[in-house]
Amino acid sequence: MANLYEYEPIVGKDVINELELYASKLANVSVQHINSTAVGGGVAEILIRMVPLLKDLGINAFWDVIKGGEKFYEVTKKMHNALHGQKVLFSKDEMDLFIQTNEMNVRDMDLGGDIMFIHDPQPIGLISRRKEIGHKWIWRCHIDFSRPDPFTWNFLKKYIEQYDVSIFSAPAFARELTIPQVLIAPSIDPLSDKNKDLPQETIDTVLEKFKIDKNRPIVTQISRFDYLKDPKGVVQVFRKVRKYIDCQLVLAGGGATDDPEGAKVLAEVQEIAANDPDIFLLLLPPSSDIEINALQRASSVVLQKSLREGFGLTVAEALWKAKPVIASSVGGIPLQIANRYSGLLTHTIEGTAFALKQLLQNPTYGQQLGINGREHVRKNFLITRHLRDYMLLFLSLDHKGKDVLFL
Amino acid sequence: MNRIAKEPFQFFTRQNLTYLLGKKAKNLNALLTGIKEIPLASIYQHTHHFLEQHEYLSPEPPNDFAYWITNVLQNNALGEEIAGIDLRQFSSLKDIQVRLVEIVENSIQHDPESANRNVPAGEEFHFMGAQTFVFPTQYIANDLMEFKQCLGSVSNYSIYYHMFEAPLFQEKSRFCYWIQNSLEDEKLALAFKNLDPYTQTLDNLKHNLVRLVRVRLEGK
Repeated sequence: MANLYEYEPIVGKDVINELELYASKLANVSVQHINSTAVGGGVAEILIRMVPLLKDLGINAFWDVIKGGEKFYEVTKKMHNALHGQKVLFSKDEMDLFIQTNEMNVRDMDLGGDIMFIHDPQPIGLISRRKEIGHKWIWRCHIDFSRPDPFTWNFLKKYIEQYDVSIFSAPAFARELTIPQVLIAPSIDPLSDKNKDLPQETIDTVLEKFKIDKNRPIVTQISRFDYLKDPKGVVQVFRKVRKYIDCQLVLAGGGATDDPEGAKVLAEVQEIAANDPDIFLLLLPPSSDIEINALQRASSVVLQKSLREGFGLTVAEALWKAKPVIASSVGGIPLQIANRYSGLLTHTIEGTAFALKQLLQNPTYGQQLGINGREHVRKNFLITRHLRDYMLLFLSLDHKGKDVLFL
Repeated sequence: MNRIAKEPFQFFTRQNLTYLLGKKAKNLNALLTGIKEIPLASIYQHTHHFLEQHEYLSPEPPNDFAYWITNVLQNNALGEEIAGIDLRQFSSLKDIQVRLVEIVENSIQHDPESANRNVPAGEEFHFMGAQTFVFPTQYIANDLMEFKQCLGSVSNYSIYYHMFEAPLFQEKSRFCYWIQNSLEDEKLALAFKNLDPYTQTLDNLKHNLVRLVRVRLEGK
């Protein structure tokens, strides 16, 4: 895994020096991250890289995962969908299971960080231990909170307001809360297997492995097989475009241990794809980062046609590879794409199909969008910026309410 | 020609943590109410963060208010007027707030119907605030030569602090203040004062500052 100094050629020496400066103000502070899965999904991906880098900076960071059974994750998946605005009904048993699983984790886990950093709703109930052990508590929401189901929101709000501070990924997710809400966008790691530069032979090998024709345009969406990523909508977009332009569609994604719905969605997409030889549906195992990287790099255009989105890290990944991206204007995506400058934002299947035709027929325009997108990601969405924001947040916990701090 | 300073110049750097206020505006009236009510740190956030986040863009995009008014409300004339506010002429955030209110109120007076025209759901203006962290860096200049070397080495965040924030938070940390009072070089101080930091990228700004000092060192 890359150490902090390997980022210097990408972000500059001055940025690394300043990270060390902020970290020097946090010597001897311990930070315990807790989430619900060690593998799969954006949260685990960020923590795998973030925790060692915080350690490189001299901060005692560590990461634990809560335990929960299959039923618990079915409830939290429903909760996830409800927070994204879907109408979902919970039984009393389901809510009890959520509470009991959190209570079990409160009892069993060693909650020893000076700063307790809790990610997403699944472990939110750990805050009940606060009265007993004290410490500073941060709750980070990684999902789209712009139109949450009121029942689920009110249930979670009682927990959220016990924290010192909450973090959201986009301005539209802000809620009326009695605690401060901080805006911190997630990030990608330019040196991870998913984002590092790849030799052309590796890219070709991956295409050959999946029998994708490298000589014809490739349109790709990388994401979990999830209704909210609208894979069926992507197939419709592809069919509208292929009437006029020869191209292939790749829908590729892994599963996450906290997402029991993936197999069902994949089956539905397979049905509508109906063995079309130009549609490649790839359910990739967790160790497929190089394959994902290669597929993005081989693409003519990358899509992210999500109906709802927390942030949409796959957009930043594609932009980092200087690819032209067409994405829905939802969640954190508009933070990553300035429409017609660093990518194209769309709202509908028709609009996405139109944009795709435009980019496939005007590769020079696509190249310029890609160049601008890469620079925007370099400045704002790499892990070094994320590290900086977290360290500022840790520092802020001791200086609440002050607009300007001289440290 | 090198000059020795009476007092050394300490380079600072800065960062912002952005706060979401949980308030949003769906029309011009609500935006005006918000501008009047939000804390001054929020006025700062909305008039300055664009400069940082999109620093590579040339020409620079305007501030958040102007961007939303132009691109979402589609009130081009008002957007242009807000974008055109010369932020350098204000020595306090309160003055910037007053000027923003004045311009928006004037626009509403001339076109009252526009004030309550709502934007589509999801495209509202979200009010934000900021907490600013200022850190001393390892870079300290005792003379003009060292000053030039430091300018070339510090981050863009440091340049940003001394050019944009020091005038609002810490007058003595302005480059031109030190050049005038400690180096006692009126000519160079004036050249620094006359640079408009709001109309160039930070990379260009840094390059221009170094160039001004180099020319001065060459005795021109």
